[in-house]
Amino acid sequence: MTPLSEMGFLSSFLLIFVSAAFTDNILMARFLGMCSCLGVSKKVDTSLGLGVAVMFVTATTAALNYLVYTYLLVPLRLEYLRLIVFIVVIAAFTQLVEMIIERVSEKLYNSLGIFLPLITVNCAILGISLFMLNKPYSFLQAFAFGLGGGFGWFLAIALIGGIREKINEAALPKGLAGPGITLVVIGIMALAFVGFSGMIKI
Amino acid sequence: MASTYGKILKDGLLVENPIFRQVLGICSALAVTNLVVNTLFMGFGVTFATALTAFTVSLLRNYIPVRIRMIVQVVIIACYVMMIDILIKAVAPDIHRFIGPYVGLIITNCIIMGRAEAFASQNKPLPALVDGFANGLGYTAVLVAIAIVREIMGFGTVLGYVLPARDLWWHQWTIMVMPPGAFFMLAILTWIARARLVKEEAK
Repeated sequence: MTPLSEMGFLSSFLLIFVSAAFTDNILMARFLGMCSCLGVSKKVDTSLGLGVAVMFVTATTAALNYLVYTYLLVPLRLEYLRLIVFIVVIAAFTQLVEMIIERVSEKLYNSLGIFLPLITVNCAILGISLFMLNKPYSFLQAFAFGLGGGFGWFLAIALIGGIREKINEAALPKGLAGPGITLVVIGIMALAFVGFSGMIKI
Repeated sequence: MASTYGKILKDGLLVENPIFRQVLGICSALAVTNLVVNTLFMGFGVTFATALTAFTVSLLRNYIPVRIRMIVQVVIIACYVMMIDILIKAVAPDIHRFIGPYVGLIITNCIIMGRAEAFASQNKPLPALVDGFANGLGYTAVLVAIAIVREIMGFGTVLGYVLPARDLWWHQWTIMVMPPGAFFMLAILTWIARARLVKEEAK
């Protein structure tokens, strides 16, 4: 396969997006964002709302963190500060977005804004920013990685939300209901996602 | 006083175990448990960070303005996690290569934030330190349990030592070291723990 750096712009963008969303799904293969996923995925509506919010924040913070890391931390040889810097960028960004949404549109705030504080401590967001550093991405590729990762999470939580709505009506052993059965569902879905692995190698 | 510390320790380890009871911090619980060695390093990191964050938050609890306490807590956690990250990198570079990003993700591990918020922000520094330590240990214990099963079934080894039965009759289940295995293991453990809980409450 042609290396990423020699590929055309669009194909590398698409490739990274698909691989981040499917072959390396952040929830199914990297286990990130589980806490909020188990907590919020009881209904499809809320799952979709949180999913969209996460997708938006991951894509933008991945791009922001890429810029901060490449143009601020690396030249100053302060790479070891990345953890603190990344989390502050994410926290500040979500706070800012929440404030803007609150002023601009009440409807959007009610559907999206309430999820934003939850997102600060969602490990998927910080995870995307950290995994991004493992690969020599360019700025736009980093953005594609963030967007794809966020989309993968959105897809996973939407599917889980749908399944959980049905499963809540089933008669389950008391100990298994709730987190237990959700983990089984995610496990079976993860099996399906394992099928994607190896399709794309970056 | 000794008995209070004992109770805090027992609560964190068993009664209020962060993974079963509070369903917190399972992201990293799954990712690093395919090998026992990785799990031990991760558990050490989480215990260290939880205990010291709780201690620091409790020391500063009267000085942190309520409105911005979340971000202050996150920065405190990030400082300790950075230390752990550098320490593991120096001591075990090979392991760091694999669990590196997950070490960074200790920052967003809900256990640390949860304990800082629920216990440390209302208690004196020493009990907070013990509470953080106990919760970290409770977390590590569950992780190691999962890791032992996964490593034995997946590789036929414990801490890298090949078990004698492996080549005789055990066919390694590759699925156990892949993501789905982690989900199923945790599901089974939660089931057992919750079933016991339901029984106790019924009494």
